[in-house]
Amino acid sequence: MTSTAPAAGAVITTGPRRSRPRRGAAALRRAISPLALLALWQAASATGVLPEDKLAPPLQILEAMTEEWRKGTLQDATVISVQRVAIGFAIGAAVALVLATVAGLSRIGEDAVDPPMQMLRTVPHFGLLPLLVLWLGIDESPKVALIALGVAFPLYVNTVAGIRGVDPKMLDAARAMRLSWTERLRHVIAPGALPSALVGLRLSLGVAWLSLIVAEQINATSGIGYLVSDAASFGRTDVVVGGLVVYSLLGLATDALVRSLERKALAWRHG
Amino acid sequence: MATRLIHPDTRTTAPVPGTGAPTVRVRGLRRAFGDHVVLDDLDLDIAPGELVALLGRSGSGKSTLLRTLAGLDPVTHGTAEIDGTVSVAFQEPRLLPWRRVGDNVALALRHGSRASRRARARQTLMEVGLAEKHDVWPVTLSGGQAQRASLARALVSAPGLLLLDEPFSALDALTRIEMHDLVLALWREHRPAVLLVTHDVDEALKLADRVLVIDEGRVRHETRVTAERPRDLAGLQDLRAELLAVLGVHEGPTPS
Repeated sequence: MTSTAPAAGAVITTGPRRSRPRRGAAALRRAISPLALLALWQAASATGVLPEDKLAPPLQILEAMTEEWRKGTLQDATVISVQRVAIGFAIGAAVALVLATVAGLSRIGEDAVDPPMQMLRTVPHFGLLPLLVLWLGIDESPKVALIALGVAFPLYVNTVAGIRGVDPKMLDAARAMRLSWTERLRHVIAPGALPSALVGLRLSLGVAWLSLIVAEQINATSGIGYLVSDAASFGRTDVVVGGLVVYSLLGLATDALVRSLERKALAWRHG
Repeated sequence: MATRLIHPDTRTTAPVPGTGAPTVRVRGLRRAFGDHVVLDDLDLDIAPGELVALLGRSGSGKSTLLRTLAGLDPVTHGTAEIDGTVSVAFQEPRLLPWRRVGDNVALALRHGSRASRRARARQTLMEVGLAEKHDVWPVTLSGGQAQRASLARALVSAPGLLLLDEPFSALDALTRIEMHDLVLALWREHRPAVLLVTHDVDEALKLADRVLVIDEGRVRHETRVTAERPRDLAGLQDLRAELLAVLGVHEGPTPS
């Protein structure tokens, strides 16, 4: 396992989007090469260039996953994996937001919280897995803890940056209007920090899925990781690749969720 | 030394008309950062409904005075008493970009039901000519429109004292003329005391009842402008020369 880069391929896109018809045509043009690659892959398998014990052809993967679905094993595995990410994310995000609020709002809080967070941030959290297993055993808790650790840092860093980036002139204007501290927090600081916090959210979700994949390689008896490693031991490359596809689809789904949240919450940026 | 700032919303007694009690009464206001004296035993009175322009070069202490009156800077020496509520319109509009224009204005109202606050915000936006911009995001406004929305936000709470911190300096010349007329119209309608901080002598002469020149933290010069509005600046050339001289600006001979 060598994956250390968080959220590979998670490109944060902002800015106004192009108009509908042009986007449709562009999407069509951009779909051509991936489809051609799939066709090439299928053809390579059919002609025996790509042996099945190394990599199954796309149609067989689809078939195998349909079969897993029919048996119900795919749904069960997905529910377990999603649950791990949800719990780990919730814990990591809660801790990150509390610490970011403390560090962002008070000088004392910043001095107390930020230095250890910045130091811990540099530790590659996958490297902590052996320790987590020692501390927490081999069941659910080390998996959830690994995800929580991965989530906490990008969200913390971006939220603190967001809070600190709030224009002091806006805060002056709010004070001149006699807004109380809690009103300033609600009307100025929180919405001002939101764009940056949402960037942190997207990054942290990417890390959450990556952490899940790593965590599920260690002694999993359930979940998508188990489905994949079990299939691998029987040489079923179709289910192995199918499992990877499910991982990516889940990652894409949460990313799309955050992006739609961004579009709604940050509508004020584009009028 | 007594230190007292009567904060607008803690004051319970209403101003008594006809008694001549000033809206702003500043005595011996002193502010220093280390050895650097920004405000030096400054005295200032502003009568109810009076429009006072404050001229000064950068670093003369005019911004600190305005921040002190706005309640943004503390009173460390001397007294500053203000009768009624204070509101500020800044050089940049400083609207909250994540609130629609109407909600920005309504946010300045600290009391009353949500519906009544919204109604007053809508009414004030109409007065500044932005009724149709009630539901748009601030990012879509032009510079002049944003400044008018900022003015609406400052006026909506019916302040006893309106502080204007160079609110026209970033606008183009034509928009500035429109804003001058708008401010005069709003001032006539609502009659707050106004302290207009500016570095534009012509603007001060066009708008103010009284022009003060602040330098090194003190009011150095004071001139009443009694001409009827709208004013023809051509008739105020003597005052203009006087103020420029106090500010230390010496213009060359005008080409004939």
